[in-house]
Amino acid sequence: MSRFDWLSELLARCEDEHVLVRHGSATRLALVHLLDIDHEDWGRFAEVAQQQGCRWVALWADQIDADDFNIDVCFEYHGDYLVVRAPLAIRQPVLPSHTPWFPAANRPERHLQDMFGIAFSDHPDSRRWTRHQAWPEGQYPLRRDFPAGGEPTDDTPPDSAYPFFQAQGAGVYEIPVGPVHAGIIEPGHFRFQAVGETVLNLEERLGYVHKGIEKTAEGRDAAAAARLAGRVSGDSTVAHSWAACMAMERAARIGVPARALALRAVLAERERVANHLGDIGAICNDVGFAFALYQFSRLREDWQRLNRTVFGHRLLMDRVIPGGVAADIDAAQVDELLRQHSTLQAELDELIPMLDDNPSLEDRLLGTGVLTTETAAQLGVVGYVGKASGIDYDLRRDHAYAPYHRLQVESPLYHDGDVASRLKVRADEIGHALNLMEQLLSGLPDGETHIDWQAPASNAEGLGLVEGWRGEILCYVRFGEAGRVARFFPRDPSWLNWPALEQLIHGNIVPDFPVCNKSVNGSYSGHDL
Amino acid sequence: MNDWLLALIELILFVALAPLFSAWVKRVKCWLQNRRAPALLQPYRDLRRLFAKQVLLSHNASPVFRATPYIIAGATLLAAAVVPFISVNLPTAAIADVIVLAGFFALARFFLALAGMDVGTAFGGMGSSREMTISALAEPAMLMAVFTLAMVAHSTNLSTVIDQLLAQGLVLRPSLLFALLSLVLVGIAETGRIPIDNPATHLELTMIHEAMILEYSGRHLALIEWAAQLKLLIYGVLIVNIFFPWGIATSGSPGALAIASGVVFVKLLVLGVLLAVGETVLAKMRLFRVPAFLVLALTLALIGLLSHIILEVG
Repeated sequence: MSRFDWLSELLARCEDEHVLVRHGSATRLALVHLLDIDHEDWGRFAEVAQQQGCRWVALWADQIDADDFNIDVCFEYHGDYLVVRAPLAIRQPVLPSHTPWFPAANRPERHLQDMFGIAFSDHPDSRRWTRHQAWPEGQYPLRRDFPAGGEPTDDTPPDSAYPFFQAQGAGVYEIPVGPVHAGIIEPGHFRFQAVGETVLNLEERLGYVHKGIEKTAEGRDAAAAARLAGRVSGDSTVAHSWAACMAMERAARIGVPARALALRAVLAERERVANHLGDIGAICNDVGFAFALYQFSRLREDWQRLNRTVFGHRLLMDRVIPGGVAADIDAAQVDELLRQHSTLQAELDELIPMLDDNPSLEDRLLGTGVLTTETAAQLGVVGYVGKASGIDYDLRRDHAYAPYHRLQVESPLYHDGDVASRLKVRADEIGHALNLMEQLLSGLPDGETHIDWQAPASNAEGLGLVEGWRGEILCYVRFGEAGRVARFFPRDPSWLNWPALEQLIHGNIVPDFPVCNKSVNGSYSGHDL
Repeated sequence: MNDWLLALIELILFVALAPLFSAWVKRVKCWLQNRRAPALLQPYRDLRRLFAKQVLLSHNASPVFRATPYIIAGATLLAAAVVPFISVNLPTAAIADVIVLAGFFALARFFLALAGMDVGTAFGGMGSSREMTISALAEPAMLMAVFTLAMVAHSTNLSTVIDQLLAQGLVLRPSLLFALLSLVLVGIAETGRIPIDNPATHLELTMIHEAMILEYSGRHLALIEWAAQLKLLIYGVLIVNIFFPWGIATSGSPGALAIASGVVFVKLLVLGVLLAVGETVLAKMRLFRVPAFLVLALTLALIGLLSHIILEVG
């Protein structure tokens, strides 16, 4: 495939817009092009990228010494990733905002504002985001002068002063929901403005499970950083640790044995299947169809029990390590896995038509929570949310990383963008994942499952990109002295998908919110970091 | 005197068996979903636990909020007294007719809706608003179904209605068939079962009945839960005893009573299975479909009434 054949076009556009590209490098961040620009050109570059038709992927900052930040933004175009970097002096931390061109940049920019004290001019909504009241205004946890253990504080004061969006008018009322919910789910606050039962506006308030992942990663060695990455979002533990390991291995320029790569893919696909099974049941349960919940929970439970017997952990946590995998399987276990595939396939062949043919379920799911292709493209959503709304993007196929480059990767695509489509994408992806695992397991390469880790030089950096079950996961790692991590930034797909929920709920009725939310199923933990 | 004693015993049985009926429905549902069911005594344990627990009241709670559980329990208890359970011609049947029965339910609902709004939480008000929307349509449908019965039996007294139907023998009356269908739909809506409401949900935004009682705890919650179980059983008994009255005791002799108890028990078991099957194969309806559902109930009742006038009179 021809990689980066569009880059010259983009550079020409830069020239037209007087954006000065100081360096371009295809090697400093392997597999990704890195462009260095001046911070004065930061805003104009967003305009260029938008004209080009790039998708906004991620934004992170890094304090490289006492006086300077590096600000990185990542774009994707036709399966190629481009990182644009600008230096920024800590004395005057102001940058033009990318949000006017890319709505997806909204919350990530506010995250940087809270964590680094970088102000974004022309930002349409500069309220705090990740910061609740755990640390005071004017303190920036990801700056170097902030202690790793945090400042000692008394009880965290209540966070009652957050300026929520207001709606006024006859018959408009407000429903605050969460962060404590009646079910055992993660905490998040949702503020509805409704007229009767129709939702006028929904505002999300996240950040209740901020754990300081980025800060705690600093100073860890590679193995500990991989373990931490596996805890960014517990349901995506394989994908996140794979992305982190990929980033670290690229930084250290280590090649991973073919057997380890194949096993990583098996683990990632097993994680995908488990989560999709759980979600299908949960979506149906949210419209009162409990039968599906119990059937799919049973399938998921069987699936995870085999995870435990074969790989040693129900959720496959800590199986992916820097340099390879921490689990190996023999021929008997391969047979056991394959047997489970056919059992699952047989069960699904019975269950999925039951869901498809149930008119009362159809009535609830069809046409509910529609995310149009235009809105989806504007927001840059990924994963099943995108695939249900006509966004045909799958990293495993379009930015094929090993071992997927040698496999036949199928990806479902629907255009209706409703809850039913998001359910169908999940059901299809289970089938495709089973196919992929069969390909992987039938041709499992021999050899080592991991190679010894070698600490990279100081300032070695790498970017990992993995298609998790929610969609594209990006992970940036820069090493410091003695092979210790200096900067770790995992970007969960939820950053891109949470804003879609605020859009797709418009015009729906309040009691349909839970099923819409479940169909998007953003990770709170992965987003709050 | 004996009659009063019998009526009292029947009422106590009625109230005591209500949680068991809910447990039975739940058990069948569990079986249909390939799950292991909780013990049939579980609702009783839950009630005992709730009665033992401390009552937590919101600072904003008014006397209405505190009185409501007792009003609901009282009104539902009175309603149960009016419905012939094992035998007809009890003295309690003379207290009130079926229109008053609907009135008892309306009274309980009125106070429940007030209590839902009383504390001022968003969910409570939301639940009250939904409940009133539903009841505004369910009540006329119920009354219409009841009027059909009344016209067939020339009485609004339930005991007399059953007597009349028994006396008429096994005649297939289209009017009664329509009234039955209508009453089943109304019963599902009024008792908050799937597809109208989901009693098992934890999703506040989708709740109707549960949203109004979210703020209740301890014995208050126990009374409301018990009343809800009782209401389900009342609708069950209404349906099986009016439309399938055979077996009900017309005299107070021990033999007839024993047979009648067995028969009504079996009828309720069957009804519970049907309810569970319905709840398993159906998803919950979108809230704005509920009016259509209830309009269907109203229409069925109206057709029942008309078919009585057209086909059966004269």
